[in-house]
Amino acid sequence: MNDMRLTERNMTDQKIKMQARGVDVFYGDTQAIKTVDVDIQDKTVTAFIGPSGCGKSTFLRCLNRMNDTIDVCRVTGDIRLDEEDIYDPRVDPVQLRAKVGMVFQKPNPFPKSIYDNVAYGPRIHGLATNKAELDEIVEKSLRRAAIWDEAKDRLDQPGTGLSGGQQQRLCIARAVATNPEVLLMDEPCSALDPIATAQVEELIDELRERFSVVIVTHSMQQAARVSQKTAFFHLGELVEFGETSQIFTNPQDTRTESYITGRIG
Amino acid sequence: MTLIAFILLAVLATVGYVLNRQAAAAITADGTRLHSLKHFHGLFSLLSVLVPVLVLLCLYLALQTPIINMVTMASLPDGVLDGMGDGAQQLVLAEIRSVSQGRVFGTPEDWKIIAAERMVALYQYADIAMVTMVIILSSVILVLTRRRVTAEFRARQAAETIIHGFMIACSTVAILTTIGIILALAFEAIRFFEMVPFTDFLFGVNWEPQIPIREDQIAAEGAFGWLPVIVGTAVVATIAMLLATPIGLLTAIYLNEFAPRGLRAVVKPVLEILAGVPTVVYGFFAILVVAPALRGAGADLGIGISPNTALAAGGVMGIMLIPFISSFADDALSAVPRALRDGSLAIGATRGETMLKVQFPAAIPGIVGGVLLAVSRAIGETMIVVMAAGLMANLTINPLDSVTTVTVQIVTLLIGDTAFDNPKTLAAFALGLMLFILTLGINVLALRIVRKYREIYD
Ligand SMILES: Nc1ncnc2c1ncn2[C@@H]1O[C@H](COP(=O)(O)OP(=O)(O)OP(=O)(O)O)[C@@H](O)[C@H]1O
Ligand SMILES: [Mg+2]
Repeated sequence: MNDMRLTERNMTDQKIKMQARGVDVFYGDTQAIKTVDVDIQDKTVTAFIGPSGCGKSTFLRCLNRMNDTIDVCRVTGDIRLDEEDIYDPRVDPVQLRAKVGMVFQKPNPFPKSIYDNVAYGPRIHGLATNKAELDEIVEKSLRRAAIWDEAKDRLDQPGTGLSGGQQQRLCIARAVATNPEVLLMDEPCSALDPIATAQVEELIDELRERFSVVIVTHSMQQAARVSQKTAFFHLGELVEFGETSQIFTNPQDTRTESYITGRIG
Repeated sequence: MTLIAFILLAVLATVGYVLNRQAAAAITADGTRLHSLKHFHGLFSLLSVLVPVLVLLCLYLALQTPIINMVTMASLPDGVLDGMGDGAQQLVLAEIRSVSQGRVFGTPEDWKIIAAERMVALYQYADIAMVTMVIILSSVILVLTRRRVTAEFRARQAAETIIHGFMIACSTVAILTTIGIILALAFEAIRFFEMVPFTDFLFGVNWEPQIPIREDQIAAEGAFGWLPVIVGTAVVATIAMLLATPIGLLTAIYLNEFAPRGLRAVVKPVLEILAGVPTVVYGFFAILVVAPALRGAGADLGIGISPNTALAAGGVMGIMLIPFISSFADDALSAVPRALRDGSLAIGATRGETMLKVQFPAAIPGIVGGVLLAVSRAIGETMIVVMAAGLMANLTINPLDSVTTVTVQIVTLLIGDTAFDNPKTLAAFALGLMLFILTLGINVLALRIVRKYREIYD
């Protein structure tokens, strides 16, 4: 658990990119998230850990209002992106999601060509004025997602024809292509083998230079390897939130300690 | 008697179930483990009795009448049938039969009465034989299966084999029926093509199936070029699809993605009701509402529109097809994984963009399959066009003209007194065969597309 990189990290205090205060989430009558406060720093990787069903995905989806697409889901509380309340009626969730991108647990490439998958976002948001610019965005995104070498000769082939790991990196490229400010990743490596996982983790570390990244993971090692901040959720509550090194070496709450040492979860 | 036979069979089969189950239970009494559960031992006996005897019974019932007819006819006194044609012999048989059932008209000859009495006797023998057969056969099987109950006996597998065989038999019936229909069509069509050259039929532009029915009647030799008819079908089907496809698809898209849940709960059942309306009712709608409205509109614009138009028939057929297409498209859209929709929304696409660029394209193969099935329904639809399209075979693509369709012509050719030995009647079968081949082709294409689309997500 005490990975080398933990100690190497320099903990610059970045400005706060997203701020959640007193967030409650209900599915119908059942409460999935109970008064959660979290700060997501800019250019930082924040990891959400916790046992299955504790509400990590639910909370993650609050950050780009993907919960709006679930009929029974109700979110209350205050979530701000750059000081602006994202649940304000004047905010268009569509524009919000262009700024807060998301990668899902299961790779979900569209049944289109690899090129069209990546170009999807830029086309919708009009990020490129001509074909050359679009080509450039696609290439840059695929490179950033560490899949350019595998994909460059088959850009016109369907994205669904790639392997699971390649598909997931394609989905990351797709999310990166719209130039989001925050990237939400819900267990992005759960379908990947160790090599692809390592690639994605490396990628996350690089992405940190540009955006802030929030990653849900079930792997404590992964959280320790890639994140600077860690939030531990349990039964819908945020139990502990702090520097990753501190959470893993010196947890304040007994529940956190039990979880990271493998006693609950 | 037939009823008694069936009841007996049911009783004996049940007895078999109970006996074998008890026998199996007796084995377990001292702690021996059975290979199969008691229930399967019982089931094995039940099925062993039921299936073969039931099949035999049905065969028996099917063959009984033809055989008795044959025997009766064969035992008539020598000479009475001399010089009679097939038809006359059938009449004699029918008369004997009605006499045997107590319906006597006039005074039949003595030999007919004797034959009728013989027929009655034969039926009585047959009934007794049938019941005896059921009893003996069932009992034999009962004893045989009862003997097979042992701890090791694989009753479950044996029972499953019987069920399996029964299911194969059932599906064979469906397949055989289809083959039978095709053969019947094909034979009559071949007879037609012996009288009218195939090329004349396929490429002829005149459809005038009037031929002299009596030798002395003066009428033109019929012309059997199917082009005007098939073009009429194409015009009507095209109008129908032009109306039904966009409306059906937009309905599906709206219901699937945008409609509030309450509205969807109302509209979906209504559409299903629309799909269940008998086509005759649509036909009434066409002649009572749509055609007069078209005529009125035409009169206002100064165009004369005939009472029967392709537009009225096609339009109403299109209305009939809307629910068909929309429910197919709705299913196809619902089958698109939610993950794709979420993926698109999470990139910041609107629901409209997501529908247009992700969900709809992903569902296209399924939708195309549904549309093609609708096309073959439009081509095969009969009632609406019979009522609203017309009878004159004009080679035209003007939707405001009266056209006729393949199905309409089949109906008119077969209506009334028909003899199955002239090209007029046989032409109906040739048309039917072509229609069958056409829709079969479209359906195969549709199914292939639908299957290909399944592969994408599985
Ligand atoms: N669409 C939904 N409708 C109703 N309840 C839901 C829905 N999604 C999640 N829940 C409930 O909310 C709670 C939190 O679920 P969530 O998916 O956020 O857990 P999680 O921490 O991501 O779990 P995992 O690690 O297994 O992914 C669970 O109890 C779950 O049953
Ligand atoms: Mg989850």
